[in-house]
Amino acid sequence: MLYIKCPHCGMRSQNEFSYGGDASIKRPELGKETSNKEWDDFVYNRKSPRGKHWELWQHLSGCRQWIKVERDTATHEIFNTLKANEDIST
Amino acid sequence: MQKYSIFSLVKNAFSNHEKWDLAWKDPSPKKEYDVIIIGGGGHGLATAYYLAKEHNITNVAIIEKGWIGGGNVGRNTTIIRSNYMHDDNALFSEFGMNLWRRMSQDLNYNVMFSPRGIINLAHSDAQMNTYARRGNSMRLNGIDAVLLNREQVKEIIPMADFSDNVRFPIFGGLMQPSAGTARHDAVAWGYARQADSMGVDIIQNCEVIGFDVSAGKVKGIRTSRGDIKAKKIGLCVAGSTNILAEKLNMTLPIETHLLQACVSEPVKPVLDKVVTFGAGHFYISQSDKGEMVMGGDLDGYNSYAQRGNLPTLQHVLTEGIAMMPFLSKLKMLRTWGGIMDMSMDGSPIIDKTHIEGLYLNCGWCYGGFKATPASGWTFAHTIAQDRVHELNAGYSLNRFSTGYLLDEKGLGTKTWIS
Ligand SMILES: Cc1cc2nc3c(=O)[nH]c(=O)nc-3n(C[C@H](O)[C@H](O)[C@H](O)COP(=O)(O)OP(=O)(O)OC[C@H]3O[C@@H](n4cnc5c(N)ncnc54)[C@H](O)[C@@H]3O)c2cc1C
Ligand SMILES: [Zn+2]
Repeated sequence: MLYIKCPHCGMRSQNEFSYGGDASIKRPELGKETSNKEWDDFVYNRKSPRGKHWELWQHLSGCRQWIKVERDTATHEIFNTLKANEDIST
Repeated sequence: MQKYSIFSLVKNAFSNHEKWDLAWKDPSPKKEYDVIIIGGGGHGLATAYYLAKEHNITNVAIIEKGWIGGGNVGRNTTIIRSNYMHDDNALFSEFGMNLWRRMSQDLNYNVMFSPRGIINLAHSDAQMNTYARRGNSMRLNGIDAVLLNREQVKEIIPMADFSDNVRFPIFGGLMQPSAGTARHDAVAWGYARQADSMGVDIIQNCEVIGFDVSAGKVKGIRTSRGDIKAKKIGLCVAGSTNILAEKLNMTLPIETHLLQACVSEPVKPVLDKVVTFGAGHFYISQSDKGEMVMGGDLDGYNSYAQRGNLPTLQHVLTEGIAMMPFLSKLKMLRTWGGIMDMSMDGSPIIDKTHIEGLYLNCGWCYGGFKATPASGWTFAHTIAQDRVHELNAGYSLNRFSTGYLLDEKGLGTKTWIS
């Protein structure tokens, strides 16, 4: 069982959350010319690293907010959680 | 190579079975090979076998970081089927079914192929309609499919819950009578033994840690046991694909996720089919030892852990008990997990890459065990001829950018819910 610290609600069990995938993916800017490669990278291509991974989770059975979680994909250790609008680099 | 037969069995009995040849050798890596296959799982071993058998290319090494058969080929629930709707998947899988049917003779190794049939249960009229459509598509491609009504299903699997007040009543099902199971370890060992006998070097405990690429061409690999040269290199590393892709500066439409399975204590024969629950993700069969073999959903978030998490197991088994209530009385014997190469449309990739001499085999999702012979056969062809075969033409890497996706279930790019 994972325990995830929701930045809004505090420490909760994994059962309350649903997963949303890689949080480092950025949608190509609206209104800007987008190459096929950029679009491909946004929609399909993923690094899926073994180790630290920033990912989106939704606190579905809680506050229903989307959050960002930094987790190790091999050990499941969770290092950091952020609100959805907070930048990963901070 | 010693042939396995009733006569060799009797003969070896006289020497207390102490004089059997080793099934494969344990060579040290040479400086150079014609072809290197990375990954000693089912697909890597089968590829090497068909390179030698179909293309006469025997100066081949399989490089395996652990031991052969220690990855997903030894962790899966062994379901073999070709019940696909889309032509590319159906024709590829049915080609594989034909290889399965004669595999034990071909490899001189009993892989215990058991074409016992698979039933996908339907729980609504709408689901019956989509199953009828899929069944018709299968039959158009020469694959056996039978649409069963509720009574027919009840005759075959009376232990399922046919009572009236259940959340997901059984309306019927789609059966592929020729689908089944096989012994997974035997598949790996059978391919390994034959490949070795034709001159392939099976090199275990040797991890690939990098590549030698220059001017757009692959020249060799770096391993924990030194550098090895080859002009052609095939990747068959399943759940580790992204790790090696990173070393090639490639980002692929693949994510690594964990899939669990479990077996119960052995019980007397009760179930002679593979059955899948249609209102969730749960499937079950009974092994020759009597254990109920069960599996279902991914753990649901990127994982390289090779061991599972209990909430998912609980969820999957809840579905199982809803479908077959007697399961609640069984004790669990073992659970385990494997890391899976989940592709963005649920279909695999068997293709060349933009690097000359580098070939890619990945994206097997839930269904890579049954694909073992067809994958090895087509990948060997792709490597030997430096072009894809018509059977794997649909499994191209560029289908994601060209829009020719092969999304059998129509689930889109959320690999963790597919
Ligand atoms: C629980 C579970 C149930 C499943 N059930 C089914 C089923 O019922 N039917 C079905 O068709 N499929 C099923 N699958 C899927 C199937 O097992 C896989 O898709 C298939 O086995 C993958 O191909 P493989 O056998 O070549 O992989 P693997 O056996 O995983 O082989 C890959 C090999 O590459 C090696 N490797 C990785 N990195 C390196 C490196 N850097 N250097 C050297 N070697 C490396 C690994 O050690 C491993 O041995 C299931 C999988 C799991 C986990
Ligand atoms: Zn919350």
